[in-house]
Amino acid sequence: MYSLIKDTLLSQVVTLWGVFKKLFVKADTVEYPDQQPYMFPRWRGRIILSRDPDGEERCVACNLCAVACPVDCIALQKGEMEDGRWYPEFFRINFSRCIMCGFCEEACPTNAIQLTPDFEMAEYVRQDMVWEKEDLLISGCGKYHDYNFYRVAGKQISGKDKGEALNEAKPVNVRSLMP
Amino acid sequence: MAKIVVDGNEYEVNPNNNLLQECLSLGLDLPYFCWHPCMGSVGACRQCAVKQYRDENDEKGTIVMACMTPASDGARISIADEQAHDMRERVIESLMISHPHDCPVCEEGGECHLQDMTLMSGHNYRRYDKKKVTHHNQYLGPFISHEMNRCITCYRCVRFYDDYAGGTDLSAQASHHHTYFGRHEEGTLENEFSGNLVEVCPTGVFTDKVFSQAYTRKWDLQTAPSICTGCSAGCNITPGERYGSLRRVVNRYNSEVNGYFICDRGRFGWEYVNGEERVQSPAQVLDGDSKEMSDEEIDALFSKLADGEVIGIGSPRSSNESNYALRQLVGEANFYPGIADDEHAVNQLILKLHKDKAFHSPSVREIEQADAVFIIGEDITNTAPRIALAVRQSVRNKASELAEQNNIPVWQDAAVRELAQQERSPLFILSNAASRLDDVAQQTFIGSCAEQANFAFAVAEALEGGTPAGLTEQQQKLLLEAVEALSNAKRPLIISGSSNGSIEMVQAAANIARALSGDEPSHLALMLPEANTMGLELLVGPEQELGAALKRCASGEVPGMIVLETDLYRRAPTADVDNALARAETVVVLDQMRNATTAKATHVFPVTAFSEQESTYVNYESRAQLSFQVHQSATDARPGWKWLTNGDADINSIIKDCSDEAEGFGSLDGLVPRLTQFVAGLKIPRQSHRYSGRTAMIANRNVHEPKQPVDNESVMAFSMEGMPAMKDASILGSTWAPSWNSNQSISKFQEEVNGELKQGHTGTLLLAEKTESGVPFQASRGEDASTSDRLTLSLAFQIFGSEELSARSPAIQKRMTDAYVALAPADAARLEISHGDAVALNGGAVAVACIREKISEGSCVVHCGAQINPHDLAGAVSLTKTSESLPGKGLSGLIVSDLCEESY
Repeated sequence: MYSLIKDTLLSQVVTLWGVFKKLFVKADTVEYPDQQPYMFPRWRGRIILSRDPDGEERCVACNLCAVACPVDCIALQKGEMEDGRWYPEFFRINFSRCIMCGFCEEACPTNAIQLTPDFEMAEYVRQDMVWEKEDLLISGCGKYHDYNFYRVAGKQISGKDKGEALNEAKPVNVRSLMP
Repeated sequence: MAKIVVDGNEYEVNPNNNLLQECLSLGLDLPYFCWHPCMGSVGACRQCAVKQYRDENDEKGTIVMACMTPASDGARISIADEQAHDMRERVIESLMISHPHDCPVCEEGGECHLQDMTLMSGHNYRRYDKKKVTHHNQYLGPFISHEMNRCITCYRCVRFYDDYAGGTDLSAQASHHHTYFGRHEEGTLENEFSGNLVEVCPTGVFTDKVFSQAYTRKWDLQTAPSICTGCSAGCNITPGERYGSLRRVVNRYNSEVNGYFICDRGRFGWEYVNGEERVQSPAQVLDGDSKEMSDEEIDALFSKLADGEVIGIGSPRSSNESNYALRQLVGEANFYPGIADDEHAVNQLILKLHKDKAFHSPSVREIEQADAVFIIGEDITNTAPRIALAVRQSVRNKASELAEQNNIPVWQDAAVRELAQQERSPLFILSNAASRLDDVAQQTFIGSCAEQANFAFAVAEALEGGTPAGLTEQQQKLLLEAVEALSNAKRPLIISGSSNGSIEMVQAAANIARALSGDEPSHLALMLPEANTMGLELLVGPEQELGAALKRCASGEVPGMIVLETDLYRRAPTADVDNALARAETVVVLDQMRNATTAKATHVFPVTAFSEQESTYVNYESRAQLSFQVHQSATDARPGWKWLTNGDADINSIIKDCSDEAEGFGSLDGLVPRLTQFVAGLKIPRQSHRYSGRTAMIANRNVHEPKQPVDNESVMAFSMEGMPAMKDASILGSTWAPSWNSNQSISKFQEEVNGELKQGHTGTLLLAEKTESGVPFQASRGEDASTSDRLTLSLAFQIFGSEELSARSPAIQKRMTDAYVALAPADAARLEISHGDAVALNGGAVAVACIREKISEGSCVVHCGAQINPHDLAGAVSLTKTSESLPGKGLSGLIVSDLCEESY
């Protein structure tokens, strides 16, 4: 009996002492949203679609993000510009399904999709969680400043002929027998 | 059988094949590029390197190319060997040196044999830091895109296009690492099978241009096994759908029918399905105004029709179920075929010949094995293109024979071709003008239908030992040559058909085949004009003629008619159709597209296209095949039988009924798979396991995702869930196997390479049972109807333009010509007509004059397309120059070999 009282009382006193001590410690909790936490640049938040250094859409509608997405929340359709570039006719992400896993960013071969530190996407109406390309496309390059897929890839677009991509020789003359 | 050892495991293999083929048959993963199951080995790519050992004590071994090494008894090889693996990795590294880093914008990406093989062989980093070789691309026409930088010089394209399909305008150019595959100059690829380059090319050099316009990755396409409705060959295809519209059609392997290849009509002629000209919803036309019909009005209409006596017109492009449902609704006596009377008579004769013990109707594979072929009047390149490709293979049987005599394995493709040179199995062609098979024919005979039939009757008479009279010296020589070739052949084949509506030609073909038949039935392939002509003809009797039906309507004897998927203005003289349609009180037309007949209907109902319904079709050899629904229609369309049965039947019950009730369809029901035959009764998914975007594709309309559409009737589901086709290849839409994303994965589903699909069935022959034994037909000497100012008429067909529905696809339209009339130079000079002139036929319909060398004097060949009703032209026509012009592009793009040079 005595030991029981001793154990419970002592335990409560110790706990109270622990709480009391914290009164003099600086609080971790911040006054969100008045006070914004620091988000690291590599935080996996809302996705954006970026543009290449020339200001053109980076997305070539290759569909790799959509197939990598574990919740299948990305849908798009390939279109083709007059200059030969591929682009998404529509690019839709259903953020009410998105789990911010970042697989789409990893799958993207052109650095078009990038995850940003923004996580504040709460909406009163769920339908507003469906974002289209117009909502996703930013005007800059995002985290990757230099990469331009069409300067590297051998695909011909107007303004960049065959042989003008990175590390390419001039097109061969098939009529020539010279080595 | 031989025993070989692969990586320590013993296998039984066929010693007549090479190691690569046998390894693939065994299901082993061995990378390759240049080898193709249908085209043999040339050892060009060096990718299938394996280590071969002399005996069990040999530990060193030597590297050999599996595709160039026979699978001889006792062979010991290793695929996993480190050196062999290393060699394959290094080979692919060098093949990839100039590869352009553009997979994200490549239509082949995701179903690319090069991607698969790169992963399989382990190469992943380009060490070579010098510049990449680049090439300019070419414009290759409306079907195919060209991206030469992606080439790995496996030579498959020219081996298919030139060697297999007989094309002349694609070649390997330049040398060493500059090798270029293209045309001598930019322009349309002329061969009728050019679309197969898309599937034959292991990477993205040749891609599908039509598909690229609304491109979707392979894994995102909703697919199901389907049947091509372009002609009576019945090729198996896999259409793919995404976001509610049809996106592409690719070949689906069927060992007995199309194998690995389909023609360009089948591959590119589907765009009408998404077209604006589809009939959208059921409508009633009152005084020129069209009004949508409610369900009650539809019910009332059909019950009224079912009670009264109405005429039903079935369609050779409808499924068996729809035709059967219409026959049930109107009664057998009132059911007529939507087929021109002369063609109907020939079709009925063909049906009769199918039941004759003396004949066997060969499958496409059997056609390939023929060692002497005699074609009478049927331009198979344009009426059943896949058959022409098979005939082109049959002439190579001589080469195989020579190879066997010289102990060269048949799969040594280059060696066999070198040995055979121009030696070919005999092929004789009787035609009304030069055909696209003439380049491999031993002899050709050009003449009108009557002349061809007369000559064919003479051949039959000579084969029976007679001496036919009335032949010219040249014809006599040709006759002797043909008789000798046919009587010496082990597997002779006679081909004819009903597209020209000439009964004499089919009778003559039957006589020749009968003369050749001994204990075994002889092979007689009789082509029919449309996808389900055979199915429709089985449902009607010979006495049911369309002309009679139109007369009954015109006389006012019946109050109405139901026209199922038939544009009557393509089947009967315009005046007759006009009279019938004007007199009939109610004209109910069920069709996919708006046409001249729907324009005159009182009620129009939209019916589903081939990819929107589950249905059965019967091909030229009476092979019934099941085609599954791929996607739901974007319109209010329903299958014809669903309208006609008023929604009472489902697909299983209607097939069952047709099977039980209709004569000749007994085995139809066996085509339909039952859920109980699958593991745990699971359905087969139409979507791949990687299908993407499910929770976003229609989220713009409503974020609350609806349930996937339920398919209560089929064993397939509109879903990713279920038991995928890898487990049961009897319902194999799109092929995929681990590590094999491209169409080359088909070897994983075959019993052996080029063999039947595992568990899969290839269709059912409805007329397999032979009951009749006939006698030779009396040779009826046909007379030409030509006079000094009138030319005998026969019909020309074009692969692009003659088939009604595909001709309404934009890509096909880019290859179509205007209606033309071809005539001989002498006739043209006499009538003062020059090439390209617009001429009036009998003073009416306008066609472009086309002067061809190989056409007999006094006759002309007319291609009608949709511009001329051929039934308005009598047996002979007069030609007069006219100032009227046609809306199309004239004759540009017409591909025939005998255009007159000077006037061209």
